[in-house]
Amino acid sequence: MTDQQQRKVVLSISGVNKTFGGLQALTDINLKIEEGMTHAIIGPNGAGKSTLLNTCIGRITPDSGHIQFEGKDLVAGFTPHAINQLGISRVFQTPEIFPELSILYNVMIPAFARRDGSFKFNPFRSLRKEKEIEDEAMSLLEDFGMADERHHHAGSLARGNKRRLELAMCLIQHPKLLLLDEPTAGMARHDTNRTIELLKKIKLRGMTKVIIEHDMHVVFSLADRISVLAQGAIIAEGAPNEIKGHPKVREAYLGSAVL
Amino acid sequence: MQTIIASTRTKDMALTALFAVIVVTAPIWGKLIGAGYPDLLQKFAIFGLFAIGYNILFGLTGYLSFGHAAFLGIGSYTTVWSFKLLTMNAIPAVFFSVLLAGIFAAAIGFLSLRRSGIYFSILTLAFAQMAYNLAYSVLTPITNGETGLRVLRDDPRVIDAALGIQSEGSPLGDFFGLTLTGYNGFYFCALMLILGFYVSLKIFRSPFGMKLVAIKANQTRMEYTGFNPRPYLLSAFVISGMYAGLAGSLMALVDPLAGAERMQWTASGEVVLMTILGGVGTLFGPILGAAIIKYFENIFSAFNEQVLHRIFEFLPDWLADIMVLLTNPFVGEGWHLTLGALFMVVIIFVPGGVIEGFRRLARWSTRFDAEAAERRKAEAEEKAKARAARQAADEGGAK
Amino acid sequence: MEALLLQVLNGLDKGGAYALIALGLTLVFGTLGVVNFAHGAIFMLGAFVTVSVQNVLTISMRVKDESITFFDAYKETPYLEVWWGDVGRAIIDYAVPISILVAIPVMLLIGLAMERGLVRHFYKREHADQILVTFGLAIVLQEIVKANFGANPIPVPAPELVAGSADVGAMFGLHGVVYPWWRLLYLLFSALIIGAVFAFLHFTTFGMVVRAGMHDRETVGLLGINIERRFTIVFGIAAVVAGLAGVMYTPILPPDYHMGMDFLVLSFVVVVVGGMGSLPGAVAAGFLLGILQSFASMNEVKTILPGIDQIIIYLVAVVILLVRPRGLMGKD
Repeated sequence: MTDQQQRKVVLSISGVNKTFGGLQALTDINLKIEEGMTHAIIGPNGAGKSTLLNTCIGRITPDSGHIQFEGKDLVAGFTPHAINQLGISRVFQTPEIFPELSILYNVMIPAFARRDGSFKFNPFRSLRKEKEIEDEAMSLLEDFGMADERHHHAGSLARGNKRRLELAMCLIQHPKLLLLDEPTAGMARHDTNRTIELLKKIKLRGMTKVIIEHDMHVVFSLADRISVLAQGAIIAEGAPNEIKGHPKVREAYLGSAVL
Repeated sequence: MQTIIASTRTKDMALTALFAVIVVTAPIWGKLIGAGYPDLLQKFAIFGLFAIGYNILFGLTGYLSFGHAAFLGIGSYTTVWSFKLLTMNAIPAVFFSVLLAGIFAAAIGFLSLRRSGIYFSILTLAFAQMAYNLAYSVLTPITNGETGLRVLRDDPRVIDAALGIQSEGSPLGDFFGLTLTGYNGFYFCALMLILGFYVSLKIFRSPFGMKLVAIKANQTRMEYTGFNPRPYLLSAFVISGMYAGLAGSLMALVDPLAGAERMQWTASGEVVLMTILGGVGTLFGPILGAAIIKYFENIFSAFNEQVLHRIFEFLPDWLADIMVLLTNPFVGEGWHLTLGALFMVVIIFVPGGVIEGFRRLARWSTRFDAEAAERRKAEAEEKAKARAARQAADEGGAK
Repeated sequence: MEALLLQVLNGLDKGGAYALIALGLTLVFGTLGVVNFAHGAIFMLGAFVTVSVQNVLTISMRVKDESITFFDAYKETPYLEVWWGDVGRAIIDYAVPISILVAIPVMLLIGLAMERGLVRHFYKREHADQILVTFGLAIVLQEIVKANFGANPIPVPAPELVAGSADVGAMFGLHGVVYPWWRLLYLLFSALIIGAVFAFLHFTTFGMVVRAGMHDRETVGLLGINIERRFTIVFGIAAVVAGLAGVMYTPILPPDYHMGMDFLVLSFVVVVVGGMGSLPGAVAAGFLLGILQSFASMNEVKTILPGIDQIIIYLVAVVILLVRPRGLMGKD
């Protein structure tokens, strides 16, 4: 326990409330994401998981409460690119990639954002001179088993591969915090397993991650800590073992056989 | 369609050199296709530049502007004013035209780019129409309204006056002693076109260009990747506006006159047509589109019934009459009908334009070749097998 | 006071035309999701239906001119007049109202053909492609008209009965406000058409489905309603509305082949100001911009803000788009 208390808090959410037209979407959310941890947020459909994630990246402004990233307040008005430049990358539920560009370029572009910031005017710089970034992208693609297809259009990939490509696009930015919105939703079992292996590898590098996930197999293979969200409130939080046997969690998932 | 590629330096140089050769030899090959006179060649170069620039905005980022004719007009007016006030030399005229067009593009782009999609199109359209209407009305002191702005003999031209340069007859654009009419005018435009092409090539080969295409492909991802799309879009808008200003300036250089009709929104529509027809987002497409439209405009609009009769002479009389009847509405005055129909066909069937058409042809023919090769291989194998079987049989028989 | 009333009236009839064209544009955008740059061309085609009707009615024969007695003189007299005398002359006089009856089926057919033949294939393509292909179509249509009717405006007179002017001022106890009867009729007519379209959308099952479709196309599609066929009809209706606007506008502005393009840009501005996809917004914005434009062309205004009459509509559009991107009555 002492070891955990010494860990730095990357993202801290305190007392966050949000209502949508009378509907309480988030109620008094308190959450601390510690450095190097993989923190999973689980909960039944409509529990407010996506709302919570969108609040973290400034897409939704909370009615009250604070969100702090590395001690800095994430206030309303932070644009998505400013949030990314702080060091938060995000994998979406439906893959957001650049379909018309090659797989290699898909991975190189986020690397430019990391190096050049949110805007750089360099129309006369040749791509030939970007060897360093290209090499980095290539080695990442090799890890992902996509190096041979690097010149293919990203749009031609199968859905599962698109999601893995998106993961690669986030990883090349070396984010301080990686947000994953159901990274394996809609994947076949063997694709899911490949993704789990990949995420485990990343874990070894000590990257902080927040995962929203339905698939308990994924959650229990990866998470260090789990928060359970039901009807907009956190009903339980703890290590995977504690959560497995938690009565409230069983209640929230009543009728579902996943646990 | 992959527009942005990291190519080798030699390849890029070869491409530029090839382009330069094609442009500079235009008076020679132009003769072969009946386009060997300076007026038309100048138009090729000028509209080619306009389209190259427009392509940097529309082709790379996908933002459809209906207002670029305004920058063309601003370029023309600035050039004529530079002729009137400063000197007949082309350099200050081009410089100020590009600069002013860039400033206007920055202002209009800054406002228009707050919206995207159809709203962006309408905003640019509204700004261009305002510019056009004002040029015709209140701004008459600057634009000379419907008559158009022209260079007069007794304009001040302070630099020329200070240097003691005097023009005989009506003043013409000049480049250190070369009068920019006829072929001189064309070569000046050609030089600008080659330069413009080179700049466009550089952009196509840069991370900057890659990011512009990425904005077109997925703006949301671009934002969540940490890029602010607005300044990228604005840069592209300003660059393309400056190209338009340059094209407008060249128009006034080779023929010192500027009129407001150059700014009408249908003129913006024309550059869209050129870009699409040639191949939007490709390096050569827009120039090709501009050349095709200007070439056919010139050829077709000169056709009339007699010319058609001569063309179809080789057919039997009754068939020739039918052909003339069928084709007549599409030539001469009806040239725009051909253009509109052609444009529709391109959008419907080959959205990638002429360049895409070439690619499809090439793919089709290679597939055809591959099939033929496959067939030959299969035949050869069959023959070999048959031979082997025969040999085996012969050997068997011999035993 | 008189001047103000006159400007309001001036604005209203122009606004009526804007509103009618914008209504169709919005209907098509709201239901089919298509940005139709050929809509102005449909307005123009409507006007040329009138020209055609007038041409057909006045097909003439050469008859001896009795008024000239020195030698044999001939003049062109329409068959209708030769056959039926005064009745024939009256029919010719009423060319515009007759054109309305002709235009309804003709424009409906043109609209259906356009939707089936072209627009339908562009539902799933980008807005830019829709704009471009319909822009191409607009060019083709106007060039066909130019080839058949020439490039010059063709005057089409209003029926003699309403050719004069009405003393509108008298109704309000003012003096000197006279206004052409036809323009008043135009105003009335556009109000009628707008009312009819709204009534159709609100009080018929067909209309309710269309409105539901504008609201949420997917859900309506899921209900198993054949939304596609209805959308084809919606496109036809939009074409009829724009066509009738064109027919009725001919006595006000002699039609020429590029009147469609001129009105198109303005109508798009109207649609955007009203809020893309909002029918009441389109109508309100049409009248509003019409009135604003006529006020801006008053000399008193022009001396303060020179050139304002030339740009007022675009200026309003730019401001609205930047400040209220959803337009006056746009839905979120």
